[in-house]
Amino acid sequence: MSALLHQTLSGLATGGIYASVALALVMVYRATRHLNFAQGEMATFSTYIALTLIQAGVPYWAAFALTVVLSFALGVALERLLLRRMAQAPGLSAVGVSIGLLLIFNALSGWLFGYTVKQFPSPFEGRSGGVLGGLVSGHELGMTAVTVVLLLLVYGFFRFTRLGLAMRAAAGNAESSRLVGIDVGWTLAIGWGMAASLGAVAGMMVAPLVFLDPNMMSGVLLYAFAGALLGGIDNPFGAAVGGFAVGVIENLGGAYIVGTELKLTLALVIIAAVLVLRPAGLFGRAVVVRV
Amino acid sequence: MSRLAAVGVAVLLIAPAFVLSGYHLFQTTMLAVYALAILGLDLVTGTTGQVSLGHGAFYAIGAYVTAILMASFNWPYWATLPVAGAVCAALGFAIGLPALRLRGPYLALVTLALAAAVPQILRAKALETWTGGAQGIVLSGPEVPALLPLSADQFLYLFVLAIAALLFLAAHLLLRGRIRRAMAAIRDHPLAAEAAGIDVAAIKTRAFAISALFTGIAGSLGALVVQFVAPDSFEVMLSIALFVGLVVGGTGSLPGAVAGAGFVLFVPNLSELVSKSAPGVVYGVLLVAALFVMPSGAAGALRRLVASRRRARPDTA
Repeated sequence: MSALLHQTLSGLATGGIYASVALALVMVYRATRHLNFAQGEMATFSTYIALTLIQAGVPYWAAFALTVVLSFALGVALERLLLRRMAQAPGLSAVGVSIGLLLIFNALSGWLFGYTVKQFPSPFEGRSGGVLGGLVSGHELGMTAVTVVLLLLVYGFFRFTRLGLAMRAAAGNAESSRLVGIDVGWTLAIGWGMAASLGAVAGMMVAPLVFLDPNMMSGVLLYAFAGALLGGIDNPFGAAVGGFAVGVIENLGGAYIVGTELKLTLALVIIAAVLVLRPAGLFGRAVVVRV
Repeated sequence: MSRLAAVGVAVLLIAPAFVLSGYHLFQTTMLAVYALAILGLDLVTGTTGQVSLGHGAFYAIGAYVTAILMASFNWPYWATLPVAGAVCAALGFAIGLPALRLRGPYLALVTLALAAAVPQILRAKALETWTGGAQGIVLSGPEVPALLPLSADQFLYLFVLAIAALLFLAAHLLLRGRIRRAMAAIRDHPLAAEAAGIDVAAIKTRAFAISALFTGIAGSLGALVVQFVAPDSFEVMLSIALFVGLVVGGTGSLPGAVAGAGFVLFVPNLSELVSKSAPGVVYGVLLVAALFVMPSGAAGALRRLVASRRRARPDTA
């Protein structure tokens, strides 16, 4: 029983990572109707920046904050310089560009920071014996807390601030938003920036567990997709819940059903099952469009 | 196309077997294999507008069907191709069934997950007696029929070329008339297509199955050419390469598929010449640059060039 509880809790911890990345994906998808396949690689790149800062002697939390800000700038820059120009191109080319970014960031990480697997420090390792009676490690508890705070912040931002409202409006109906004076172009750029920051936090939180290498996030991205789909690809709240659920399913499935060597197959099964049973996701609405 | 031009193209296609040799002939053979795989992807992405990021999975399964039938059951190489095609078509149908009922990015997600899962499944302990696990399977190449005065490499190239030509022809015949127009309608305006009485889900699923069949046979040919299959050769990057080839080459065009195959086959090597330390960065930048210059791929750029020249000289049109 305590083993089951242990697996569930550590599933929740990794689920938080999937939830953050799923939220990043949904944020870009809602605004642009395109999935950013480079989200995971961008997050890995951000994590390398954080590691470089830490190794240069910057205290952990300062490096953390600086990385979040730099990633935000990176996301904004990519949208303003690159993706904006692809807005009118065929949908296929837009996917092509995001695949191109995936390749570029993956190669950049390896080129600038090396292909060897690196350790990444955790700020929560003080009590290494584990907490809650040894059920979870200090880091797992810490990273769950960070993710939950982050998700609440994002929720608060969209719910209670003017900019958040403007961004929701722009995602819902770009045309009408322009008419009431919202600068839709900038809300898109800010959305990209926030997605990049979310990814960066997810990367820094997961790196102590899985170690840092240029391909660190490729599996995470897939689980995040599964989470986003499970919760409803149009629904940020659903995506977060879906991410946590996928983390638990993955951990329990890996421990009791399929074993670790087929874990990615589990993501495929989840995605296919959601599409068959409930295509709009658990919390998504089936969208009815008037034509 | 006039008869003369057709003969010219045929000569041009057969010539490499006698002009090139060794590694160059091998690469030309792989070019034909990749072009066929990309054409398979084009059959679903180009015609119905659904993005698949997992065609590497079908390529892998086609390759493994051939390898297993030859290594464990002593089948002749040519007999494995139809089986590989059939297995991939069935799998494509099963995968497409849930994903293609929906609009949006769902097919891309399912296929990406499939591409990630297949290498893991191929490595799995339970299947090791068939797949050889992580070690893979070594094959012997096709034997040259006794009557033909050809080397093994020449025969292989011509065999691949013949199968590819046959499949191109089949695609051409299959996609004539009503079904072609139905697929274009689905791509351009799904709702109007449905209102016009087209069974959108059924057409999409069938297109995906045929597409998987083509790429599966390409994989099967690839296994014969490389004479070795292992999970490491079929990671997600293969699927991404096929997609990149399609986007760079442009949809709905045979020369486009060949151009795209050339891009994914040769540009990584060229990138290595530009920068030894970061070929991947050069490759990615070239990809993004190509999409900026030619948003509809090489084929689209060519079409536009031809159209603008016709406009400039209306008397010759």
